[in-house]
Amino acid sequence: MSARATSIRYLGLGLMAILVAFMVAWVLFIARGTTFGSAVHDPKDFLITLLNGLTAAGLYFVVASGFTLIFGLMRVVNMAHGAFFLLGGYIALKLQRHWVGQGSAFGLTSAQVNLRNWIIPAIIASLLVGLVGLTMQQVFLRWNQGQELRQALITIAIAIILADQMLAHFGGVAEDIAWPGKLDTFWNLRVAGVQYTTTRLFILAIAIAVGLGLWVWLKKTRTGMVIRAGVDDRQMVSALGINIQLTFAIAFFVGSALAGLGGVIGGSFASLAPGVDSNWLLNSLVVVIIGGMGSLAGAAVGALLLGITTNFAAAYLPSDYTYYSIIFTFVLLAIVLAVRPLGLFGRPA
Amino acid sequence: MNGRALIERIVGVGVLVVALLAPVLFSTYWVSALLTQMLLLGIVAASLIFLSAYGGMVSLAQVAIYGIAGFVLGNVVTNGNTKGLNLGWDPWLGVLLAIVIATSVGLLFGALASRSFGIYFLMITLTFGVIANLFFGQVTDFSGFGGISGIGAPGLIGNVDAHPDRLYYVALGVSLVVLVLLHYIVRTPFGLSLQGVRDDPVRMSSLGYNVTVHRMLAFGFAAFVASLGGVLFVWWNGHIDPASIDLSAMIDVLVIAVIGGLYRVEAAWLGAFVFVIINNYSQRISFVGPRFHTLIGVIFLVIVLVSPTGLIGLWERLLDLLGSGRRRNPTDRITEIPAASTDA
Repeated sequence: MSARATSIRYLGLGLMAILVAFMVAWVLFIARGTTFGSAVHDPKDFLITLLNGLTAAGLYFVVASGFTLIFGLMRVVNMAHGAFFLLGGYIALKLQRHWVGQGSAFGLTSAQVNLRNWIIPAIIASLLVGLVGLTMQQVFLRWNQGQELRQALITIAIAIILADQMLAHFGGVAEDIAWPGKLDTFWNLRVAGVQYTTTRLFILAIAIAVGLGLWVWLKKTRTGMVIRAGVDDRQMVSALGINIQLTFAIAFFVGSALAGLGGVIGGSFASLAPGVDSNWLLNSLVVVIIGGMGSLAGAAVGALLLGITTNFAAAYLPSDYTYYSIIFTFVLLAIVLAVRPLGLFGRPA
Repeated sequence: MNGRALIERIVGVGVLVVALLAPVLFSTYWVSALLTQMLLLGIVAASLIFLSAYGGMVSLAQVAIYGIAGFVLGNVVTNGNTKGLNLGWDPWLGVLLAIVIATSVGLLFGALASRSFGIYFLMITLTFGVIANLFFGQVTDFSGFGGISGIGAPGLIGNVDAHPDRLYYVALGVSLVVLVLLHYIVRTPFGLSLQGVRDDPVRMSSLGYNVTVHRMLAFGFAAFVASLGGVLFVWWNGHIDPASIDLSAMIDVLVIAVIGGLYRVEAAWLGAFVFVIINNYSQRISFVGPRFHTLIGVIFLVIVLVSPTGLIGLWERLLDLLGSGRRRNPTDRITEIPAASTDA
């Protein structure tokens, strides 16, 4: 790189550092014209926004970890990940309604649902979506291994078909899965008088459990070791006599099931409707592009950055400009790509 | 000139003659609804195919660029009665601004994405596209959910409903210019080094070419082409809203490019023709009904699985079977798509 290009690069980095420093200072001390005012002025809403960011990051992580697991091992960009998310949500919704009853015109309320009525549909939905993913991999992707673009196109085709069929079967009206009554409460954090929704903390707990589970699985078990070896060198693993196809199948099952689980959580936390699939495909893509494709730690960091950025942008933009918050997702992406084109934890293939 | 090129030239001239006579040959509905839409979708798909075939970049952001051109035009030319800025400026100034702004955004996207290759590039451009869609959905200053309506074409074209032929001929003219321009640019030194970058970025870099700048400029040029499609779309539709550039619209353009064939720019209009016809007539098939997207998804899947070179690939294989000329090994072409996805 020439000296001139290097100096331009440092100039760019310097400008970005100033931009980031300004944004932090804005939230902490200035925040003029915003709903809450600065963090120093209103620590309670700052803390709530921070918790919102963390819990949103939890859900981003659950969904994106499945995406990054599949990509890391097989280099398949599963464009149907958003459709799998929505499918998982709809399956759990229908199971819950079938089990508990239809409820009123607005669906079930949390008072009608106990813990079992949420957890068992969630598990069944995740497993079914895992099976759908496994089927897709075995039928369409397995014999196109190594052709990355073609595999991405195949998953796009599957995503189109799934989204259209879901619209036909589940309709276009937004619906949501009912949380269990026990969780639909507030938790007194005893800090700055914050009462925080228990369901959001529950999401964070699930995300941490998923993260720990994946970490133990990948680091401590034999299958996990094979997966990590496969990420580095598939041919070598296969040459050592390990059945890499079986490992691929397991990883695809788990990755898709995580999308399904994310859909159940997302469908309880927000709602299920056509178009939700593309939003969640976007979220997963942004998380893994920021964090680096195929890296679990990257997915965690990417999810945190995205969750914090979106929540703070929505809360701390001046009230008249709140709807510009989407710009900040782009800014986050742009900053990371400008510094590290492969993402924060990304490595060349 | 060998047999193949002669046949292709005859077919090309034939298609052009039919296209020029279309308002005489076909019903007004065909010209105004189907053929004009085919031409403008073809322009957008051509920008995608240009990037893919000569730059090795499969971009999903082309629809976002086309949408940005459309929204800029809508904001600039309308006055009152709709969402957006309602500036009410001259329509031609609107066209100029639409193209300039969309191309600049294209250069910015290109600058950010051009250091990434293959599948990463696809994903990054996809996120840009979805973010553009959400931006226009959320920011009510420029559009909001309902979009901008009542966007008129300049006086030269007049009322599109009253004179559909005029817009059709404009779209045809722009398509031809785009086709010639794309064929020209790949023969320029820039186009040749771009193809070098596609085939081996590391070697081109060590020969002293700036790989990132080549890819960024190619992306900016493709954005210029896509913005032309966006302007035509807004004139044709009179309305643009965020749903015009959502994920399914992005995928539609990708589907058009893949059905046509990702390695020859002519294929864009072939793919667009097939897409528009299926889109329009599939509802009459009883078992398809409103499930157009399932049908198009299945067709897309079959094309990707069976003939990765698209319809134009089938056409070339047909010519190989008929022609006495040099027989091309069909696998040459098939390997070209995966080659574009090689990570560097």
